[in-house]
Amino acid sequence: MFDVAIIGAGVVGAMVARELAKYQLKIIVLEKENDVAMGASRANSGIVHAGYDATPGSLKARLNVEGAAMMEDVCKALGVKYKRNGSLVIGFDEEDRKGIEKLLEKGKANGVEVEFLDQAGVRALEPNIGKNVTCALYAPTGGIVCPYDLTIAALGNAMDNGAELKRNFAVCSIEKIPGGYEICSENSRVQTRCVVNCAGLYSDTIAKMIGDHSISVHPRKGEYILLDKECGGVVRNTIFRTPTKMGKGILVSPTVDGNLLLGPTSVDKEDKEDKDTTAEGFAEILGKAKEYVENLPAGKAITSFCGLRAAGNTGDFIITSPEQGFVNAAGIESPGLSASPAIARYIAGMLREQGLDLAENPNYVATRVSSHHFRDASLEEKNAMIKANPAYGRIICRCEGVTEGEILDAIRRNPGATDLDGVKRRTRAQMGRCQGGFCMPYVTELLAKELGIAYEDVTKCGGKSVINVEKTKGGMAQ
Amino acid sequence: MERKLTCIVCPLGCQLTVQLNGREVEKVEGNTCPRGAEYAKNECTNPQRTVTSTVRCENGGLVSVKTDRPIPKEKMSECMQLINKAVAKLPVAIGDVILSDVFGSNVVATQNKT
Amino acid sequence: MRDLVIIGGGPAGMSAAIAAFEQGIRDILILERDESLGGILQQCIHNGFGLHKFGEELTGPEYAWKYEQKVRELNIETKCNTMVLDITEDKVITATNATEGIFQLQAKAIVLAMGCRERSKGALNIAGSRPAGIFSAGTAQKFVNMKGYLPGKNVVILGSGDIGLIMARRMTLEGAKVHAVCELMPYSGGLARNIEQCLNDFNIPLKLSHTVVQIHGKERLEGVTIAQVDENRRPIAETREFIPCDTLLLSVGLIPENELSKAAKVDLSPITNGAVVDQDRQTSIPGVFACGNVLHVHDLVDFVSEEAEIAGKAAAAYIKGNTGKKVEIPVKTDGKVRYTVPQVITEQKDITLYFRVGNVYKNVRVNVTAGDKVILSRKRPKVAPGEMESVTIKKDLLNNVGSLTVSLEEL
Repeated sequence: MFDVAIIGAGVVGAMVARELAKYQLKIIVLEKENDVAMGASRANSGIVHAGYDATPGSLKARLNVEGAAMMEDVCKALGVKYKRNGSLVIGFDEEDRKGIEKLLEKGKANGVEVEFLDQAGVRALEPNIGKNVTCALYAPTGGIVCPYDLTIAALGNAMDNGAELKRNFAVCSIEKIPGGYEICSENSRVQTRCVVNCAGLYSDTIAKMIGDHSISVHPRKGEYILLDKECGGVVRNTIFRTPTKMGKGILVSPTVDGNLLLGPTSVDKEDKEDKDTTAEGFAEILGKAKEYVENLPAGKAITSFCGLRAAGNTGDFIITSPEQGFVNAAGIESPGLSASPAIARYIAGMLREQGLDLAENPNYVATRVSSHHFRDASLEEKNAMIKANPAYGRIICRCEGVTEGEILDAIRRNPGATDLDGVKRRTRAQMGRCQGGFCMPYVTELLAKELGIAYEDVTKCGGKSVINVEKTKGGMAQ
Repeated sequence: MERKLTCIVCPLGCQLTVQLNGREVEKVEGNTCPRGAEYAKNECTNPQRTVTSTVRCENGGLVSVKTDRPIPKEKMSECMQLINKAVAKLPVAIGDVILSDVFGSNVVATQNKT
Repeated sequence: MRDLVIIGGGPAGMSAAIAAFEQGIRDILILERDESLGGILQQCIHNGFGLHKFGEELTGPEYAWKYEQKVRELNIETKCNTMVLDITEDKVITATNATEGIFQLQAKAIVLAMGCRERSKGALNIAGSRPAGIFSAGTAQKFVNMKGYLPGKNVVILGSGDIGLIMARRMTLEGAKVHAVCELMPYSGGLARNIEQCLNDFNIPLKLSHTVVQIHGKERLEGVTIAQVDENRRPIAETREFIPCDTLLLSVGLIPENELSKAAKVDLSPITNGAVVDQDRQTSIPGVFACGNVLHVHDLVDFVSEEAEIAGKAAAAYIKGNTGKKVEIPVKTDGKVRYTVPQVITEQKDITLYFRVGNVYKNVRVNVTAGDKVILSRKRPKVAPGEMESVTIKKDLLNNVGSLTVSLEEL
């Protein structure tokens, strides 16, 4: 029997797993997809919000400010790229100015460093800012992080410390058993003393399985366009528009990897699986982004994608315990990524209060070797690594300069990549300007060899997403 | 009868006009070279194509191949069936015959493999 | 210090190396990122190469082998599986491979011959989901021809570039059904012969002025919606049509791979996406030359080889101390002619100007003017963006010329 089963391997589930791995607990993470970080943690803006936006006194505000403060140390320990690049909320007219003044007050109430900038002040900070921008709120502590890198690293660290991960485990029922719960998927079962529900969009469905009907979560669709690394320097800060009730609006932000990210749109939907990008979405993103930034190099798009944010029914994070031993972390919409380390700590506290014995794990290691350890090494270190392992000398992804050694690491290390997208998220191979045109056949080969599966069984993202359908020539075996 | 063709002999892709009397070619226009005229005549009487593909090697790898001269166009699919069944012995060098007498041509290797 | 380092061992790199060797240069090194020489030709197993250069119709691997044999015969040094990571303005090259690690080389002269890559789907922003089954045509070519796997059975191809046309035939011969080739423009970007022998032979419809507007499918591609476009290339809603398929191949253009040229601060042309060069294919950095598809995308490898010979010869001359501009004649275009290579003439000699046009024109004159004087005029029955054109200007016509303009006159 496990002590804790965490449902959902998004950033919240991963952070909870890592937090609990500090203690002598038997932990399992149950994920319905073939990989971790496949929901909102896969496709979001990657912003560590300073905390000026949330309503003072709300759980959201408290955990955002706490989480943002923890983020730098967490990223350092996990070897995740984090940059405090600053946030700018820009205004175009009198109404925006009023909105910004309100944000300033909120920010101060939440204890966040914020500053008002006039037109000249904005321009001094961001020379490429749109010429109709008249003022801005400046939050120097706003930051950026790669959301799936953070999720993978946090869960990897939890696994290095003993937590288990079960993929392709879609929970279909939860039964009360003596001393805990039995969680079932279609073909597997897990027994546990406690459950933490971090199931994102489906956290309401999971809660209902134990009779908790208080939660409702709906998808809020957000489309993005990612521009080439050539464009990462167009702005230094993350540029937001004055927020509306639908969220923080379209933003223009550099990413930690040096690309420029535009988006998200914000459309409330019913369908929890609809991740289609739309022509309207593209038009909206480009239209807005061009107002924020002069001479936006829109032609340098390398990909577009869509994420579904899990919007709750209360306006605040829903972190509740409907019964002893069961905790919900639902409605973790923006700034959920920023708050995630604090959410994890908060949930550990709840479990302790409910009687879970949090005895420290004496063997706990808080750090993880960075997924970019080779890339970030000095020339001498790299050469030493190549000498010890020649695979680090073979470049597989030309656009992003990813070596075979790094790809093998991604497949072998916790939580190992088992498909092409998994390799992409861990190494950036296939994520550059050619989008896998060159390296896909090589990465496919490495995956097949490492996983001991047939070449044609390698998938893009699990399930039926195969890359090749059959051998040519009627399939003579290799 | 008049027939319009695009010459495939070289990358120029000349637009050919062929005057036909029944199956008999009377006149070819639009060609820049004699090979174009010949192509037009063949195309109207006995159209032919070079087939390029790959053959499995005995170790499971592939070697690229071609028919060393054009074969009747309607035989391409049958030719592919033969190519798909063939197995190349290693080592194989450019020009090695993999299959002989395939609709009047030989299927030869276009790559070296060891 | 090496005399000549050539970045890329495809047709351009090999040809440049041989040309430089024939001019007496012996200290030559070719750096190739793949496991063998030949570049993209290794996966282009179809025929149609070499007619111009060798008078016979070769497949890609056979064409490459002719050059590889010569490189071996001349004992020109090559390092395969070696990726160049950086080139500086001072011609210091940083490269990596599994046996030597990361190493640096100082070159007297460099020939850039890195080739090109395919435009990806990301650049197109097609609406819909992101399932498996969407490939650039060249990736599918690698899977089928090099790895021996079929990426799908029911195929739609977007873009009628030559690789897309070739793959339509290739996938058909390997047992897939190609349902349509959609081309956004009202004309094809591929060679006429390829439309004939790759599409028409197999009754594959070429849908001009059509594009893919929506991708369907959760895990693997389940279909695409295509639509006709109006004269502004905007999809017409009422022409939307769903085609069930498991594979979408993209053949929507090639982009010269100039990341290293950028690192070296070579001036690039926004039109070709390649270096700005003179008649010797010398870039803005003396001693750095560019040729082949890294310079501008060619439709025939024969012309790549020819261009590389020019670059190789000139690199040899540079190494021997023959440097410096003698004249400076910029070559401009009128817009109908999109670009020329070279873009500048720095020595008065017989010059062949290669160029591409921006649209399909019938019955035109290609005029080369100096000031307001037409110094050369050539008639063409038809010119098209997919087919590179050239005119040769005799040395004497360049007397006292300040600049040249290449233009099209519709008759």
